[in-house]
Amino acid sequence: MGKRSTLRAISLFGSFFKVGAFTFGGGIAMLPVIEREIVEQRQWLSTEEFVDVLAIAQSGPGAIAINTAILTGHKLLGLKGVAAATAGVVAPSFLIILSIAALLPQAGQSPILNGFFQGVRPAVVALIAAAAIKLGQKLLVDKFSLALAGGALLISTLLNPHPAVLILLAAGIGLGRYRFYHKAKQDKR
Amino acid sequence: MILLRLLASFFTVGFFSYGGGYAMIPLIEREIVQRQQWLSPKEFLDILAIAEITPGPVAINSATFVGYRVAGVFGAVTATLGVVFPSLLVVGVLSYIYLRFQGAPLVKSAFAAVRPLVVVLIFMAAVNIGSRTIYDVYSAAATAAALFLMLKTRLNPILVLVLFGVLGVVVF
Repeated sequence: MGKRSTLRAISLFGSFFKVGAFTFGGGIAMLPVIEREIVEQRQWLSTEEFVDVLAIAQSGPGAIAINTAILTGHKLLGLKGVAAATAGVVAPSFLIILSIAALLPQAGQSPILNGFFQGVRPAVVALIAAAAIKLGQKLLVDKFSLALAGGALLISTLLNPHPAVLILLAAGIGLGRYRFYHKAKQDKR
Repeated sequence: MILLRLLASFFTVGFFSYGGGYAMIPLIEREIVQRQQWLSPKEFLDILAIAEITPGPVAINSATFVGYRVAGVFGAVTATLGVVFPSLLVVGVLSYIYLRFQGAPLVKSAFAAVRPLVVVLIFMAAVNIGSRTIYDVYSAAATAAALFLMLKTRLNPILVLVLFGVLGVVVF
């Protein structure tokens, strides 16, 4: 392990520490922070890779933030990266909760913390919506992707299935499309 | 012995919670409150309140809290590791497969179809959370203002969060 990989492990830890520290509301709420940190600033992943990572993260068990850390860490630095990114994303919650559990178990009733959280909520919604809009502008650019997005919107509004089901379904459509084109090409020859 | 039981319990929670976040709450409740009786229903609600007002995944927050309650700092470490392990195993394998076959045309085609869907899933998450958090003029205006800041300026999302948090302390 060279000096560069150690440096990179440290910055992975640092970036995901930030993600862990500013994920309010859990789940997909961490996405704007990760996007800014990993895609825009560090440029560790392209937009497409980031969305792929999100799809895989939502297909595995556990918290999306942790799964995203595992995938990003693995891609950048193998097992060492997994360890650094996962430790980074878990550390803030662990430290904060440990201090609260040890020092002020009544924190759930703190008016200041409650005010802060109530204030943060609308911003969290806006951050997620903004992420969807920005990614949509980049990724929904042809008829195929628009049709898929429209179909997915319809199905999830009407049936509200689990994300993993939708992801498998979309992957199936992608595979079918590949076979179809492949066959069309062969038939032409 | 108690550490092993903590590890096993939170491994179960981690393994069966698909979708993350709020999907985990019923699982934690069944395992920790009903089966192991490590917490009373009232304490469980307190933890949820604390998990809500602190950053980080709900699963980690509750694992750390319950672990500490049951067996101190070692308990906290054990429970937290327990809840992360299943992700490490399953997502680790998925990641290996992805990196290995990322370049294959077939896989590329599958992911090209998954990407538009992910955009929709994110959008639906905003709609779902919004339907719970936008309920008066203030929350609607604050959401609109934050959306404007995110789309029209280059402000860091962390800064936007802190800004509206501090505003909340002043207003509420």
